[in-house]
Amino acid sequence: MLNPEKSCRSCPIMDPDTDIGGPLHKFPATNHSAIAGARSDDQLTRRRAFDTILTSYWKPAYKYIRLKWQANNEDAKDLTQGFFANAFEKNHFAAYDASKASFQTFLRTCLDGFVANERKAGRRLKRGGDMDHYQLDFATAETELVASDLSPEDYFHREWVRWMFTIAVDALRERCEESGRTVHFQLFERYDLRDDANVSYASLANEFGLEPATVNNYLAAVRRDFRRVVLEKLREITATDEEFRTEARSLLGVEVK
Amino acid sequence: MKWLSDDKLDHLRTVVTNPDFSSTKYTFIKELGRGGMGAVYLAEDRELNRLVAIKVLNTPEISEDMRNRMVREAQIIAGLEHPGIVPVHDVGTLPDGRVFYAMKFVRGSRLDEYAAVNDSIRDRLRKFQAVCDAVAFAHAHGVIHRDLKPQNIMIGSFGEVLVLDWGVAKILKKPYTNHTNQSVQSVNGFNTSAGTIIGTRDYMSPEQARGEIDQLDERADVYSLGAVLHFLLKDQPKPGKAAEAICLKARADAKDDRYSSASELSADIGRLLDAEPVSAYRENAFEKAGRWVSKNRFLVLLVLAYLLMRIFFVFTSRP
Repeated sequence: MLNPEKSCRSCPIMDPDTDIGGPLHKFPATNHSAIAGARSDDQLTRRRAFDTILTSYWKPAYKYIRLKWQANNEDAKDLTQGFFANAFEKNHFAAYDASKASFQTFLRTCLDGFVANERKAGRRLKRGGDMDHYQLDFATAETELVASDLSPEDYFHREWVRWMFTIAVDALRERCEESGRTVHFQLFERYDLRDDANVSYASLANEFGLEPATVNNYLAAVRRDFRRVVLEKLREITATDEEFRTEARSLLGVEVK
Repeated sequence: MKWLSDDKLDHLRTVVTNPDFSSTKYTFIKELGRGGMGAVYLAEDRELNRLVAIKVLNTPEISEDMRNRMVREAQIIAGLEHPGIVPVHDVGTLPDGRVFYAMKFVRGSRLDEYAAVNDSIRDRLRKFQAVCDAVAFAHAHGVIHRDLKPQNIMIGSFGEVLVLDWGVAKILKKPYTNHTNQSVQSVNGFNTSAGTIIGTRDYMSPEQARGEIDQLDERADVYSLGAVLHFLLKDQPKPGKAAEAICLKARADAKDDRYSSASELSADIGRLLDAEPVSAYRENAFEKAGRWVSKNRFLVLLVLAYLLMRIFFVFTSRP
């Protein structure tokens, strides 16, 4: 489980707004790209942008290090922490050029370079010390690791898609609760996130005391909201319209021509 | 935060991607294919109890321009009532704002798939002629397709030929065949600016490839038809000089050297099928004789048989 609280040992006095997701664990209410924010001269904007990138990529990065670099869980945790701390400290993400590759590819390439350098230097990053330390739920990430036939690059992409959808489901839950549409989310959870294949619109109508047509309409509405949330999250971590469209197609399972 | 299994992930991607037909009379069945602008889905029309193909914009964010373009595409096709042009039944907007239109669901195969299993040159030429006729009909109504290629032509289960995907079609204010002064104007507020390249490279006329949008007329489609004909002939060991000449004329670099219309091209294909002289090729005397013999094979055989019998009788009746 991601704990969106962050402590920064090298800079202990930190504005609470700069915590990952803010003090209420909410993401910045903005549609501006975090990639653009990473280039900002404003420290606060850059910090927020970095938090968004960290939130979106730490788990795929951790799993990728475990799989591709065959790192044990302790090393993978340290390398993940070290990679993001180093990236923020040196403002690596500001160097991203959207005309050369997608941000996802850029980040993965940076990650490979970082791990390779660490291995070459024979270093073993210690959590703590002088670097930033983020409270990330590595224990849960570890339980999610499963063997895969995919190439490391495809595996990274797949895990990123999974993570983006997971974040979007949580954001959808929050929005539904805030807008008093808990039944909508419960229907979505029971039908679209179900473990039980026998759940039907009719059984849900019976369970929630609704007409089947109402179940249909509620589900259609909440799916539209979910689609919107997914695209908003994606918009935050893409730099250009073209990249957004390409990644949207990739994220939503549509082949790019 | 609950971990999403691969199955759940795929399901979520599907429900997010697939169009939401909840406010329409259609029931989603499956995706049929995707193009540059839209995806086509198989759905059931619950009121009329029939299958339809529904085209929906597949972009994540929909601009007014794209919306207009889809509606315009539907209107163009709806206005072209011809057996060779897939009919549009309905147009509307989904709850998420995406425009859709429902059209006839054609069972069959694309021309490239059809050609892969049908190598008869006569059969291919007949199908090609039907394509020319459908395009000629559109031209007569002032519409040019601009993206003719085997992948946009369907051969139905009963051999019917249908031209699909009119998404980048353009309405000509003054068609070339009716006016010497060529002028192109789009309708419904949607305009393709000069320099924009629309179409598919292998099937695109030189002027289209150069983005000379204002210079496009029916002859751009004639070039594309020539490219389709080339596709149909290229695996034939001996397509014949006349067929090759038709292909070359249709695909001439200078549009003034091409057929001036799809109907002219169709007429030449018809003559080729009937073993008559085609406008694209001047025959010598031997070729004329050869074609005459080929066309009148039965008569020639009868005459030859008669002559052989006469010779036989002459020799056998000698004392």
